[in-house]
Amino acid sequence: MSWINLTALWKIIVFGLIAGAGLPALFAGGLYTLSLGPNRARAAAAGADGGDSDVLLGGSIIGMVLAAIAFLIVLAAIGWSVYEIYTLGHPAPKK
Amino acid sequence: MSNDTVLALVVITALAFDFTNGFHDTGNAMATSIATGALGPRVAVAISGVLNFVGAFLSLTVAATIASGLVDSGVVTLTVVAAGLSGGIIWNLLTWLFGIPSSSSHALIGGVIGATMAAAGGSAVLWHGLVSKVVLPAILSPIIAALIAATGTWALYRITRSLTDGARKHGFRVGQIGSACVVSLAHGTNDAQKTMGVITLALIANGSIAKGSNAPDWVIVCCAIAIAAGTYIGGWRVIRTLGKGLVEIESPQGMAAESASAAVILLSSTFGYSLSTTHVATGSIIGTGLGKKGADVRWNVAGRMATAWVFTLPSAAIVGAISYGIAYGIGGTFGVIVDLILLAALSGYIYYRSRQTKVDHNNVNSEWTGGVAPDKVPAETAAA
Repeated sequence: MSWINLTALWKIIVFGLIAGAGLPALFAGGLYTLSLGPNRARAAAAGADGGDSDVLLGGSIIGMVLAAIAFLIVLAAIGWSVYEIYTLGHPAPKK
Repeated sequence: MSNDTVLALVVITALAFDFTNGFHDTGNAMATSIATGALGPRVAVAISGVLNFVGAFLSLTVAATIASGLVDSGVVTLTVVAAGLSGGIIWNLLTWLFGIPSSSSHALIGGVIGATMAAAGGSAVLWHGLVSKVVLPAILSPIIAALIAATGTWALYRITRSLTDGARKHGFRVGQIGSACVVSLAHGTNDAQKTMGVITLALIANGSIAKGSNAPDWVIVCCAIAIAAGTYIGGWRVIRTLGKGLVEIESPQGMAAESASAAVILLSSTFGYSLSTTHVATGSIIGTGLGKKGADVRWNVAGRMATAWVFTLPSAAIVGAISYGIAYGIGGTFGVIVDLILLAALSGYIYYRSRQTKVDHNNVNSEWTGGVAPDKVPAETAAA
């Protein structure tokens, strides 16, 4: 019996990075594409005037569709992980 | 040997521990959302409570580790479990009083180990299991969480660098709430199971269920309710330290920290590591400070926490051993009852002390002025 389960360790790091940093990055990508489009230039201009717009929607349809896909992938990944944990976490009682 | 009175007392004590576990750890999930204003304090603890309840039903792997992997369940008696729980509860309440996010899991495990050693000597402790399933994960998990959170933070700011600050804040608040919810779920999964494991251990000790059994359904339900209720009460002192004390947090950082915590906790639970959600959440918050240029980590606060972490296992073990000594010295059912009366009295006293420097949903977000949170609270309440 070893002290450190190296298999578990690398799995936690790799899957941790994918889920814990990758999914939020995908969400951020969604926010980015959401902000693309004509409104963005206006928002930027407002920003240049010293105002700070918190309008997120850029107005580009493609941007919104891409964002929707990104958000859906994030949600699906969470749902799938929870399901996996549920299945793995209820093993038949030993013996 | 079967003694249903003592068993009932032990189950009640275990649920009391679960309750302190809930309110000690609300901050792990919700501190950053409360600090950035993404969620109102009351709403945050309510959501977190519900998700802790749901999470408790998700998995049983960690409960199995506690019930069979740490001490020789052959020598564990109900008195041992009661004494161990007392150790856990007292350490949890003390650290809460000082606003230190220490590990509820270590408090519990320390208490049980101390009581076991007092009862049957060091050979009854499965040291290998303790080191490989508890101590090493405790050292590694905050580092891994910090690494993931720092990577995430860097990526989030990089990807959204063209957005205005307002739009970014706005957008990430949604993500932050979502990720905080997953952490609450993960907390319910990981931490409620620890109490389930202990109650299972007690049931095995009492001969009520066979060795190697899973936690019975009523145990799962009771633990879910206790941890959810504790979470809803909200450990405002710890929330304050985590949300305001360590790093000043913006919503993208909040999301990065919560996502990293959720991922690490859920993955580790799946492998049966009973790691501390507190250590992970703290690691993530520090990581998010490291991942953003210009963010300051208050290392003195972090250092104080780390010190508390090192002391948690041994201190809870000492309290556990002492309360075993008291119960054993008096003997029988009455000994356990005296133990629990002492426990209740001490808890009452700590609660009384906490009222004198109150932190609640009204002042949880007041400016961090340094020092242990309770010291400064009267001044802040006056200012607010």
